[in-house]
Order: sequence, then C-alpha cells, then structure tokens
Amino acid sequence: MKKAAIIGVGQSTFVRSYPGSIRELAFEGFKEAMKDAGLTSDQIDASVVCSAPEYDKQRSPAGVFAEYLGLNPGPTFYVETLCSSSSTGLRLAYSLVASGLHETVAVIGFQKMSEISSAESQERMGRGADIQWESPFGTMMPAYYAMYARGHMEAYGTSLEDLAAIRVKAATYGQLNDRAVYRKPVTADMFNDPENMMSNPVASPLRVGDCCANADGSSCIIVASAEKAKAVCDKPVWILGLGAASAPVNLAGRDVFNGLDVARRAADQAYRMAGVGPKDIDVAEVHDCFTIAEMMAYEDLGFAERGQGKELIRAKATYQDGEIPVNIDGGLLSKGHPIGATGGSQIRTIVLQLRGEAGQIQVKNPRIGLVHNIGGVGLYGNVTILGI
Amino acid sequence: MGKAKKDIDDRFKKFGTVGFTATTKVNDFVTHLEEGKVTGTRCKNCGKSYFPPRADCSRCLNSEMEWFPVEGNGKLVTFSRLSFGPAGFKEDIPYTIAVVDYGDYKVFGRIADGIDEGELSVGMEMTTRANRLPNGQLNYVFEKA
Repeated sequence: MKKAAIIGVGQSTFVRSYPGSIRELAFEGFKEAMKDAGLTSDQIDASVVCSAPEYDKQRSPAGVFAEYLGLNPGPTFYVETLCSSSSTGLRLAYSLVASGLHETVAVIGFQKMSEISSAESQERMGRGADIQWESPFGTMMPAYYAMYARGHMEAYGTSLEDLAAIRVKAATYGQLNDRAVYRKPVTADMFNDPENMMSNPVASPLRVGDCCANADGSSCIIVASAEKAKAVCDKPVWILGLGAASAPVNLAGRDVFNGLDVARRAADQAYRMAGVGPKDIDVAEVHDCFTIAEMMAYEDLGFAERGQGKELIRAKATYQDGEIPVNIDGGLLSKGHPIGATGGSQIRTIVLQLRGEAGQIQVKNPRIGLVHNIGGVGLYGNVTILGI
Repeated sequence: MGKAKKDIDDRFKKFGTVGFTATTKVNDFVTHLEEGKVTGTRCKNCGKSYFPPRADCSRCLNSEMEWFPVEGNGKLVTFSRLSFGPAGFKEDIPYTIAVVDYGDYKVFGRIADGIDEGELSVGMEMTTRANRLPNGQLNYVFEKA
C-alpha cells in the first residue's frame, strides 16, 4: 500500500440549531478544509459523505453535496457507522488513496439533528438500538452507557466524582473553543447541588453533566497520496495506523461491561499498523459522548491499566500539560455531538495539534496523535493514529 | 401477488410497550409469552443457544432451530434506571433496564415494576418471567430470585 496524508481540515461551528440547509452546513466545513489545503474543488477526485441517515430528510445526501460543493463529475458516496461515520469515511479515503485509485479524496461529515422535530427525534431515539429486541423495552443511549458506568464502578471502584472530574476537564477547554456549543465553566460542586441541572438524573448512575448534547455541524478532511501531499502541502500529517471493529448490537451479546471491546481491538490494530504503543501517543481525542466513555477509553487505549483510568483523571494526567493530554478541545461534552461530523472534528483537532497550530490549546511538541471514535454503544469502533 | 393482509403473521407487534417489528420468523416467541413462558432458540445442528431467539444459526449456517425455556436463576450483570424515556414510554417512567447472565446466554430486559433500585446489586440472583403490560402488550421482566 502507498502512504496517505491529511492535507486539509475544517469544521463548522457546532450549534444547537443551524439556520440553513444541510448543503450549506456541509459547505462550511468543506470551505475551511479546502482553504487549508490550498485546493479548489476541481482538484478533488472523489468524495465520501458521512452521517447517520435517520436525521436526514434528504435522500442520498452525497449527490446533493457533490453538486453544491463543485465536486461533479467525480464519484461520491455515502457511508455510515452512526457516531463514528466520519472516521469510517477517513478509513475509506485512506483505502482509496493508498490503493492508487484516487489521488485526493474529501471526507465530508455532517449532521443537522435539528432537521427533524423534537417529537421525531424522540421517536428516533427509541430506535437507536436493536429495534426487534431492545427498543420495545424503552431504551435510550444514556441508559446503555449508564450500564457500562455501573459495570465500571462495580469492577474498579470508579466513583461519580471521577466521572464529574472528566466533565470539569472538558469544560476547562470547552470554554476556549469558539466552535463549541457549551462554553460555560463546570465545577465538581455542581454535581452535588440538587438545584443545579448538572446533577439531575438521566439514567442512573449518569446525570445531565455526564452527557453530551445534540448539535448541528459539519467537518471535512482532505486526504492525499504522498506525491500529492508533498507537492501541495508544507505540513502533511501522515495516516500511520488505522483500526476498526464491530460488536453485537444487543447488549445480551456482550461479554464485558467495563470497557468497549471494539475500542480495544481497533487500538491494537492501529498501534500494530503504526508500529507504536500507547506510551508513544503525545495527544489524543477520545469519544466522550458520556463521561464514562472517556474513562473507558483511557483503559481501552492503554493510557492506563484496566481499572486505573480514574487515577489518570485524579492526577490530571489528561490535562493540557499532563502526561497524555486528552480532549483538549473540550471533547464532545463541550463541542456537542453532531453525529456524522464528530469524527472529522476530532481528526481536525489532532491535525492542528501535530502542525503546532492549535493556539491556546496547543500541547507541547506533539509528534504522534490518536483519534478514538465510537459508533453506537461500542457497536462500531475506529482508532486512527496520525503523525508528522 | 403478495399475501392478503389477513394472512400475514404479525404476532410480534404485541412485543413491548411499543413494538417496532411486526413480522419475524420467531413469532412463536410472542405466543410463548402469552402462555407465560420466556423462550430462546437452540441450533439443532451445533447446539448453540441463542437469546434473544433467532431463526438462523450464524455459527453453522443452519436454520433448523428448537425452542428452549429461559428458566432458573441468572446473575444481574448491570442495570440503569431511566428518568427520561423515548416517545411512547413516558407513562412507564421511571423504569429500570438490565442484563442478566444465564451462563450459556444473557438476557436484556426490564426489572419488574415495584422493585426499588436500592434493592438491586450487581451479581444478585434473578429470574425472568413473562409479563402483560397495562396497555395489553407483552414483554418479560426480571425479579429477585
């Protein structure tokens, strides 16, 4: 296989309700990535469009975007793995470029969750699992991750305070991110104050403060061959390792409730392909749709031994100047989670970090970064390792 | 020609507070619930047990299955009490979903109404029983053994 690099990254501001159509939303991330890469639309050979289709009114958005973004007559297609759709898009773009089929591919992630009414959204939430065997019981995303939180707390003595500390870290950096939905400070005390919304129960043991919010947003990553990247880009960021896995959708088919098997498997594959280990990672973005998800990621990625994730956050080792900085852009907990756009936003953050262009949230001289992006409740998992 | 509507076996629409699936090859599961039994399927070829029940074995690609009863005690693996529910479940709030491990297979479902969250702990012994919901639908629930 040939090498492939990321030569442009972009994202829209993530908002609760985007005041435009999905093609206009997609244009925002695309425009920033193309300006970043210094390319025009006619230089993109193919595009991959990523979202979770249950929020789309438009049938087959890829064709609509290709026209609006000036990508005709290049081939375009749609890919979805729920919340990890755009890192799956990156995996496909890598394959298309490394195989030699295309030179330059745009990965366009988007979600306009406000496209549908709140009632429609509530109905879809009920179908966010195995609709034959789980949804008839009245399931929701927070409740599934809550069952993992219970499993983790039971197995390892992780506390609600440890989970709150992850939200406090997210908010520390979310305040600095002008692309984030939630930019207010969060303190541990809020979780103990019954008057404060953060402490309100959602699905035990998780509280409002443990959960990320829906959002509208778009992201775009431009992937190019080594030859193209060297010709047009001063600071290509190389795709060093890719891992991906799937797990049974029904929780009855799972063996472990204190970590995500897909993340462990995807991490192993990505580390092996890149020829590096957890200790080599200088900066990471992990899929913190819920606080417990970040806690499990510390362990699933090998940043901590199993059961020791709590020690990382207690020691602030995942803060900007810590041993392994994680989610220094505020994470999904601050940015919001526009499903199909999220992976691309995580990749953008790591690319900016590796180029030394992350501004206030820049970590010190990173050379290797990692992106952990999960679809559903550990149904799909992608781990991507990038380097300069 | 498709089947006339009256000929379609849509028993499965009775499963759950809100059902999302009407037709499946394992419709007998609902008839078993009506009879007060919770059942899984076992592959007649390789013997693998499945819960939830399946019409097809992914291990040996055989589609000859037999029913077995979910009975005896299982261990509570994890659970969560919901303070919010999706559309159609608001009347049920709060309720608790859980996973119970029977060794050969696990069961995802709900804790019986009337069991307080404080009475539950991971690892405790549970049983599974068929249940009729206030709206006439059917499901199954876990009770303390």
